[in-house]
Amino acid sequence: MTDANKKFLVGVYDDDDVALAAVNKIKSAGVKIYEVYSPFAIHGMDIAIGHPRTRIGIAAFCFGLTGFLCAITLTTWTMGIDWPMVIGGKDPLSYPNYIPIMFELTVLFTAFGMTITFFLSNGLGPTVEPLLFDPRCTDNKFVMAIDLSKNKMSEAEIASLVKASGAEEVSVKQV
Amino acid sequence: MGAHHHEVVSVEEQFEFTAESKRNLLIGMGIGAALVLIGAYMLSQGGGHGHEAHGAAGHAAEHAHDHAEHAYHWTQRIISNLWVNSVYFAGISVVGLFFLAYNNLAQAGWSAVFRRIPEAMPAFLPVPAIIILVLAVGFGDKLFHWMHEGIMDPSSPHYDAIIAGKKGFLNKPFYFIRLVLYFGLWYGLWKVLRNLSLQEDEIGGTENYEKAIKFGTAFLLVFGVTSSTSAWDFVMAIDTHWFSTMFGWYTLASWHVAGLATMTLTIVMLKERGYLKAVNESHLHDLGKFCFAFSIFWTYVWFSQFLLIYYANLPEEAIYYRERFSGYGGIYKAPFFINLFLNFVTPFLVLMTRDSKRTPLILKIACWSILVGHYFDFYTNIMPGTVGEHAGFGPVEFGFILLFACAFIWSVSTQLTKGNLIPRNHPMLEESLHHDVA
Repeated sequence: MTDANKKFLVGVYDDDDVALAAVNKIKSAGVKIYEVYSPFAIHGMDIAIGHPRTRIGIAAFCFGLTGFLCAITLTTWTMGIDWPMVIGGKDPLSYPNYIPIMFELTVLFTAFGMTITFFLSNGLGPTVEPLLFDPRCTDNKFVMAIDLSKNKMSEAEIASLVKASGAEEVSVKQV
Repeated sequence: MGAHHHEVVSVEEQFEFTAESKRNLLIGMGIGAALVLIGAYMLSQGGGHGHEAHGAAGHAAEHAHDHAEHAYHWTQRIISNLWVNSVYFAGISVVGLFFLAYNNLAQAGWSAVFRRIPEAMPAFLPVPAIIILVLAVGFGDKLFHWMHEGIMDPSSPHYDAIIAGKKGFLNKPFYFIRLVLYFGLWYGLWKVLRNLSLQEDEIGGTENYEKAIKFGTAFLLVFGVTSSTSAWDFVMAIDTHWFSTMFGWYTLASWHVAGLATMTLTIVMLKERGYLKAVNESHLHDLGKFCFAFSIFWTYVWFSQFLLIYYANLPEEAIYYRERFSGYGGIYKAPFFINLFLNFVTPFLVLMTRDSKRTPLILKIACWSILVGHYFDFYTNIMPGTVGEHAGFGPVEFGFILLFACAFIWSVSTQLTKGNLIPRNHPMLEESLHHDVA
């Protein structure tokens, strides 16, 4: 998901509140932040970084609708057209019987669709090497990554900003 | 800037039940009472249906003892209306306590800021309690098949073996004891929680909160049983031959979502009048989620009950839907589908997106839809068994709705004046003030 040889400035923080405050400080200085990696969700972090709101809800609705239509097609085709069967004295095409199927397929499509969408949009998968700036962000550290090619300020300027915002370590990584 | 920034808002708010509101409510009740009187007069003059046959032959039939128990009298429609509204508003009232109790048990923080609103709702309980008790004791045979004279007496011409088989549960002494128990326990436990909460405003600390968790949990245990049994007693017992194992859940789901809609609507309207400034968009969002989720839950239970009966197609069960779908000249078909539309389709589509749950106007539309819808829910559950083909929508129906709604609002408003509108010393208040679901 990343172009080769991109330079990132990486700051490591020890505290989530410090990291959140740092994001606000650095952003107000006019620096674009690529991402903050954290062992747990930090309330308000996505808004602070300036990520656009997720559109997964719209995706979910579309997947659900697809599942619902598939269920209608499936039951109508099998029971109404291809091989009508009378079960329990009901008309072969009695839709109340098929509402559980519609419900299940709607949920199934939504759940699978959302999971797959999530993996794709986050660049995750069985063979994909995840972008990990510092493995300690899976344990006890909060890691901020700034894409240097997306920022006008010089590397040294940004580094001093990050340092001043409370980062324990600042380094530059090529990925 | 940023999500963590919150304006510091005052939690000191005193609700004022203005003279103007009181006057409007009194006018509402006056119109309601007038509608009921006009409707009753029309009904007594045979304005309803089914009285055409009341010539000499009809009169003779009425006096024939065999049919006396089935003879319809126009007062039954009045009684049934009182019953529908009492059951509906009793449910809405008790759900306020239900909401408090499960929030206490879960130690939920987000709801602390508006908990005075559900806290105010159960105060209305004595009104439906008295009406239900008076009707059950005085006019039970007009509502319940199993209360008819001689229905459980093998030597009587009215003997019904199936109903007699239910004597262990459906007998008058036990029934009246249960009614008293329901309202006594609900109202009593509400009083305890209410006093603890009001006292907390003055003394602070966490002691009252801990106690409220315990009493709330006790209520949940009580309500776990009584929500089902009261649903059987108030509604299912009307169609005495019929039964459904889903019914307790179904009625609870109906009451619950109606209660949540009442709460949400009250909160939105209070905010519009400048109260509850500390209630932010995230609170509204979560209340909207509650209404959305429990509308779907109600539909789920409604449909589960229907599907089991539809699929098995046993005559003694299917008759229930037959009566509502095509029985009595099909008069219940419209309420039956209006019910589904207002309680599922509207809230499902209207409250689906994030932004709609944060928009007061849309919340109001959804809540009104739910509230009107669940009136139809109880209407279609009760009326076919009590008045059958004589039901309708006339001045009596609208009048009683107006009377009950105004009385309920009066009761809630009075309660809201009895303490600070925000529980200022609630241990979870700080968390609630910063509630943020992004």
